[in-house]
Amino acid sequence: MVAFVITTIVCFITYLLLTTGTANNSSMVNLWLWSIEEIILGLILSIIVGIIARKIFIKKSIRMLNPVRWFIFIGYLFYFFYEMAKANFDVAYRVITGKINPGIVKISPDLKTDLGTTMLANSITLTPGTLTVDVDEDCNDLYIHWINVKKEALEKKPVDCKYVCAGFPKWVRRIAE
Amino acid sequence: MWFEIIMYILLAIGVFFNLLAGAGLLRFPDVYTRLHAGTKCTTFGSIFICGSVILLGLKAWLFNGNDGGASLALHTGVALAAILLTNPTGAHAIARAAHRSGVKPAQAVIDELEKKPESKYEVKK
Repeated sequence: MVAFVITTIVCFITYLLLTTGTANNSSMVNLWLWSIEEIILGLILSIIVGIIARKIFIKKSIRMLNPVRWFIFIGYLFYFFYEMAKANFDVAYRVITGKINPGIVKISPDLKTDLGTTMLANSITLTPGTLTVDVDEDCNDLYIHWINVKKEALEKKPVDCKYVCAGFPKWVRRIAE
Repeated sequence: MWFEIIMYILLAIGVFFNLLAGAGLLRFPDVYTRLHAGTKCTTFGSIFICGSVILLGLKAWLFNGNDGGASLALHTGVALAAILLTNPTGAHAIARAAHRSGVKPAQAVIDELEKKPESKYEVKK
């Protein structure tokens, strides 16, 4: 039941975001940006999708419902944007000068859940200069193509996370585990 | 007035990073490094361009009382979220496909993926 309600709400919000600007003079009632017909149709469609897809959308645990995790996620977005801007200037410098030192390294962030691994891999790929090439499904190790391999990072195997992805694993562990 | 100045500055930053992405695409030696330039700098540039459009929508909504502006801002936010979700996934898929079809990273100092153990989830060739 919880899974059905959450799936329906998420579907309905997505539908509303995609159909803004449907308010017009010919419909009977307009609720700010939406006409009432659009909202009724969206509600019916979301309920149908919620019935069909509830087991795909929510697997087992509902720990992501905790609002504390959402607030940490919003904080993480700011931290992530800061790291991303820093890395962007680094890559811009490499584009202009052509000084690159690429290689594929392995890191063990030691995350337990699939969601956490996906979030970390996507964050690493979105940060310029690092690109997730492959994942080891057994122990959630990530293989990362790194545009500027630092000498001191290679001394320890597997490579320490702080060189490749700053403090991301710590934040992701707090959000998704 | 100051609202428009901020919009133009954001647009300029976005265009600058997209230009760098194009330059990197031409300069870098192999598929992985080109992916760095071609996907990541583009994302950063697109964030700023979308931010500029969102400001345009907010300006129309708050100052001119036009509801279409709110709609524009919301739609651009959805587009930005879609870019941020699909861009890393696409880059990851291309890089993995390239490595599995035997493309070696050029000028690489280290390649630890070569020694990756066989996974039990992997589809056998």
